[in-house]
Amino acid sequence: MDPTVFEQAIVSGILIGGLYVLISIGLTLIFGVMRVINFAHGDLMMAAMYVTYWLFTLYGIDPYISLVVTIPILFVIGSVVQRFLIDRVLAGPQESQLFLTLGVMLVVQNLALLFWKADYRAINTYYTGAVIRLGGVFISVPKLTSFFVAVLLTALLYIFLTRTRTGKAMRATAQNREVSSLMGVDVRRVYVIAFGIGTACVGAAGTLLSTFYYISPTVGTTFTLMAFLAVVLGGMGSFTGALFGGLIVGLAESLGAVYVATQYRELVTFVLFILILLVKPSGLLGRSRV
Amino acid sequence: MTTKKSTSLPRSKAYVPLVIMVLLAAVPSVTSNSYVLHVLIMILFYAVLSEAWSILAGFAGQFSLGHAAFFGIGAYTSTLLFIWNGISPWVGMFIGAGLAVVLSLIIGFLCFRLRGPFFSLVTIAFAETLRLLFLNWGPLTGGPVGLLVPLSGDSPTNFQFLSRIPYYYTLMAITLIAIYVTYRIRNSQLGLYFMAIREDEDAAQSLGINIIRYKLIALAISVFFTALAGTFYAQYILFLHPDAIMSLNFSIEIALPAIVGGMGTIWGPIIGSILLTPLAEFTRSILGGGYAGVYLIIYGSILILTMMFLPNGITHAIAARNRPASRSLPRKRNHECVGS
Repeated sequence: MDPTVFEQAIVSGILIGGLYVLISIGLTLIFGVMRVINFAHGDLMMAAMYVTYWLFTLYGIDPYISLVVTIPILFVIGSVVQRFLIDRVLAGPQESQLFLTLGVMLVVQNLALLFWKADYRAINTYYTGAVIRLGGVFISVPKLTSFFVAVLLTALLYIFLTRTRTGKAMRATAQNREVSSLMGVDVRRVYVIAFGIGTACVGAAGTLLSTFYYISPTVGTTFTLMAFLAVVLGGMGSFTGALFGGLIVGLAESLGAVYVATQYRELVTFVLFILILLVKPSGLLGRSRV
Repeated sequence: MTTKKSTSLPRSKAYVPLVIMVLLAAVPSVTSNSYVLHVLIMILFYAVLSEAWSILAGFAGQFSLGHAAFFGIGAYTSTLLFIWNGISPWVGMFIGAGLAVVLSLIIGFLCFRLRGPFFSLVTIAFAETLRLLFLNWGPLTGGPVGLLVPLSGDSPTNFQFLSRIPYYYTLMAITLIAIYVTYRIRNSQLGLYFMAIREDEDAAQSLGINIIRYKLIALAISVFFTALAGTFYAQYILFLHPDAIMSLNFSIEIALPAIVGGMGTIWGPIIGSILLTPLAEFTRSILGGGYAGVYLIIYGSILILTMMFLPNGITHAIAARNRPASRSLPRKRNHECVGS
């Protein structure tokens, strides 16, 4: 085992893990606040990737700058999905929500397929191929930049959840919907904001990811399952859980790609997912909340 | 049993689906139009798949989203046995179904501790794992190129026909058997156990029902027919590709007729398929190959609208309207997702 190969895998694992954290926090926020498992999560990320791609291709807007566009757009999409679709089935059985988000997944994915075909696309900026050398380890500049932006956004979200009135209302709703409603929290408004923020998180991650990852209409499903894996690992609905979960999945995939085989990278995610759900469905950190 | 009653069409309307089946059986004597027959075959195809899915999901309440994997096992087993050993797909069909059932029992044994959406998630993960394995096992499955079923002309012993009519009647026979099995399940103690598990697992267990065992029985019956349909598909389409037949999208397509038509009913999946499949087929033939995914946009929209306005499906909605005194299928919101 070559030590630099190992170090290289660890570094790439942490860098990609930072993005997984952002995706997973979006998912866990939605689950924590309204107990909805959103199957369209990864596909909404795919939508953000295309927004970034077209802004870059048509107008030459740098992917990192396009964050100021994708985050609001995805926030609006998420809020609309919650307000007009999911809100109607929240009181129903859980499978209604599951099937509804599956429906959203089908629509989003196949609309993308209709408009942009199944082609794999990539964004080629002047820094796409840039690397920094640190000892024996090569670090891709876009991966590193994306990692830091993801960490920054995660930190901002944490501050929002703990310091602002709306953030506190969201956490209260996650803990107990009835009681927070009695305390004067507008629960339906909180739901709309939570779904919007959760989707904005995955949208931001999509933009950051598109600086070094291929873009295609079917890219979402893997990320949805990856996010579920991370969230289940850390405990459904837990912010810190999603932090650890995201990093662990990033590392596992990166090491799996090196030591198993590159084409089985996705496979590592799925097998891990099955194992974790079977062995410890309540997550490694036990259960906690947003 | 009120539950049992509320899952069926009102007695006065019970003949309607039968009439539909008789009419469907008579179609080839009226027209031999190849396209009409193809659409009818696809209707039956999704009807039998959804009927099988509904045994597990509708009656026992376990929402598998990985049935495409079992379908794929059935299709690949019979095809590979035919290519390698010259075993007739008529025989391979049952070997494939047996293999799929064995695999499903292993998966089910491991996964049935998980409840609600977590069970659905793990079935997706299993199916995706199998799809990726099949996609990467080049020598076995042809990998990303796909697998062609060798042509043997008009060869009834090898489950290959030049006309669509024998395919049509073969599939109709499988569908009728699946309907009959569902009917027998619904009117038996087994069906009551399934529904007890669906309504409340903890209550069912406390009444002494071995819930894992009955979930496994539901899974095995469901997977058996799913794999049979897999072989049918292989012989009818004569081309297999993991992305086409083992994907999550296909698992959703399997489930959709039952969800729209009404889960936990005998005729719901059939009615669902009669409504949905022509929509997909017509969209495909009007728009052509370049817009292959358009019907999935329509399916997705229908799924969303069904959940919003008819969460229990069409059959239940009709039944509820005709019998205003009785409630439609009672379903509770289940907060407890993960088994302890």
